[in-house]
Amino acid sequence: MYLAERPRDDPTRSVAIPEKRSRFPVPRGVSGTVWTLGVVSLLTDVSSESVSAILPVYLTAVLGLSPLAYGFLDGLYQGVSALVRILGGYLSDRFDRPKWVAAFGYGLSAVTKVFLITFHGFASLTTVITLDRLGKGLRTGPRDGLIAASTPSAQLGRAFGVHRALDTVGAAIGPLLAFTILWLVPGDYTSVFVVSLAAAILGVALLALIVPDRRPRADARDRAPQPAPTTVAVRPSLAAMRDHGMGRLVLAAGLLSVLAISDGFIYLTLQQRDNLAATYFPLLFVGTNVAYFLLAIPCGRLSDRIGRQRVLVGGHVLLVAAYLAAAGPAAGAVMSVVCLTCLGAYYAMTDGVLAALTASITPVPIRTVGIATTQTVVAVARFASSLIFGALWTAIGRGHAVMVFAAALVVVIPLAGWLLSSVARNTLASTTQNGEQA
Amino acid sequence: MSRRTRVLVLAVMALVLIGGSVGYVAWSRAAQDHASATAPAQATIAPSAVENLPHIVFRNSALGTLYGDVAMVPLSNPGGPRAVVSQQCDRVFATSSETLCLASDRGVVTTYSAKVYTSGKTAPTSLPLTGSPSRARLSNDGKYAATTSFVAGDSYAATSFSTRTVVTRLSDAKALDLEDFALFDNGRRISPVDRNYWGVTFAADDDHFYVTVAFGGATHLARGQLSTRRVDTVRTDAECPSLSPDGTRVAYKKRGDRARGDWRLVVLDLATGKETQLAERRSVDDQVEWLDNTHILYGLPGTGSQAAESNVWVVNADGTGQPSILIPKAWSPAVVH
Repeated sequence: MYLAERPRDDPTRSVAIPEKRSRFPVPRGVSGTVWTLGVVSLLTDVSSESVSAILPVYLTAVLGLSPLAYGFLDGLYQGVSALVRILGGYLSDRFDRPKWVAAFGYGLSAVTKVFLITFHGFASLTTVITLDRLGKGLRTGPRDGLIAASTPSAQLGRAFGVHRALDTVGAAIGPLLAFTILWLVPGDYTSVFVVSLAAAILGVALLALIVPDRRPRADARDRAPQPAPTTVAVRPSLAAMRDHGMGRLVLAAGLLSVLAISDGFIYLTLQQRDNLAATYFPLLFVGTNVAYFLLAIPCGRLSDRIGRQRVLVGGHVLLVAAYLAAAGPAAGAVMSVVCLTCLGAYYAMTDGVLAALTASITPVPIRTVGIATTQTVVAVARFASSLIFGALWTAIGRGHAVMVFAAALVVVIPLAGWLLSSVARNTLASTTQNGEQA
Repeated sequence: MSRRTRVLVLAVMALVLIGGSVGYVAWSRAAQDHASATAPAQATIAPSAVENLPHIVFRNSALGTLYGDVAMVPLSNPGGPRAVVSQQCDRVFATSSETLCLASDRGVVTTYSAKVYTSGKTAPTSLPLTGSPSRARLSNDGKYAATTSFVAGDSYAATSFSTRTVVTRLSDAKALDLEDFALFDNGRRISPVDRNYWGVTFAADDDHFYVTVAFGGATHLARGQLSTRRVDTVRTDAECPSLSPDGTRVAYKKRGDRARGDWRLVVLDLATGKETQLAERRSVDDQVEWLDNTHILYGLPGTGSQAAESNVWVVNADGTGQPSILIPKAWSPAVVH
């Protein structure tokens, strides 16, 4: 359906023509490529989340691993993904082929589902999961790079909002699908892996067949006024990233994320105070995801209108609100709902918006690696946050630890706002350099 | 390839993949239905014929309409026909008066419950359970219940899974979270962030218990006391302990230098500290149950496509003999004398 909205693509040309939006009034809708990438992520999330949801049961019930072994596997998941993320971004910028780097990442994850069906045992599972996460790490940057390359700078927030909303839907469908299958055919994990494989293949096929093979760097060169300004010719490098306010952005994102308590801890805090939250513990993440899904697009649009750095900072104000609702003096079901809503809104105001902000301050040649870098910094900072929070929790108790993080966030938010305000000034400069239209 | 061709290819792939997935699940479902239809109809007997004799309570794992229901067989004929109670449990444990049932209520989002049914009382007592059921135990006289469940994010490594173990006094439903107990390692008070408890087994005095505690990457057998809220490590590399009826030995699973998730059953003599490996050479992931002072019961998944149809095996507690199936198509045994 949305394919019909994209008549500008000329299939006879091997290199996709840049979408010449400058000649038209800015359209209301989001580019078909962004929707397609959203559906690709949706399918891939259905695939990976359906497996993730049953993996603990499968590992412990069928393969006979202890929960500790599962914890080890999960740690592996996170580490591998963060490491290769920057690599994926760099490769995609260096060779100017984000689609195929992303396709390789999606393909790698799909292939692992085949192994899940055929191999059993801990060693092979470790390999399978490592490869799956390797694929996820590689594809994230290039995919966000493609979204940025298919969207005018002024609509980046909304485009990333659309993508993240679809992504969240996939993450919600996956576990539902898995448990429905296990309900239909009790104990038949192979059925779940087969369906997961089918969803993964469909996602890769959608990406490979429908998403245009954009060359953001070549496109930008074609578009630039002659002679091309030096910034367009730039190659991905650390020095190039420093020039465009990336340092301040990374510092601000890192500072804010190191004070972001992992969801799991917040749910545990709620569960300890509120009987309802304890009974519906598995529903808590659904509550957060529903809020995230509903707010992702509105928050993205808001960020396009009032400034991405403002929304990003505002998201962290809501995070403080979530902390206060979780550990403040008032307890009960209402406070739990407020907490989950604030948490979902925090994700809606930060995740896609950060990618949009990064894309808007970085010139095309370092855009994908830039997005991958901020995301890696956020991931590493969140892991550090978990370690610090874990230690603090043991030392002074859960409730007090949450309040300490809330207080620290209140101090850091204005600082981050100041850092980001100078980043935002850079936005205008680099937008003009790219010859992109607002 | 023109755009039209690519869309067409995609549409065909979508049809094949979606059709194939639905077809596979339907085929698998049909195969299971066929298996349960052609399986010899499960001969069942009335619960009243069993419950007043010494018996074994377990989870029925024979595929069919009674899969996952609580069942009982008399000790005198464990391989014979079983009595099935229409009560779904993932893990079950019983004494002569109480039945502890950990269940997953599969739905849009799976929720979990732990309930204690007392004979003579219609309403069960609900216990807190925050994740997928793992281990269940009652004290001999049914005064205390212990549950272990997997909890998401209960450890500092953000999204990793860990366990939560709660001991509940059934008279007033007072719950004690083992994480709040004082933990001593070699007599020294420690409070590692990553500690995890699982698999409680009660001593006859209703005060002492054994449990697994894991921290710093190693598992430990530990001895705890409810009255003092204190847990002391006893030795390393021991999971899911089970105290013998005479209280002199503890059976547990041990990893040794094998790969992760590869355990062997051993029995520890508490007086001498001597560990004896049992004759079962396969990896066992279960909290074993003592049939009597000389035999141990444990569950193992069925082989190949019958993985869901687990069996309850029996082996000598002194390392001699060979394991054999005591109750086919059963899981989570509890001996009621």
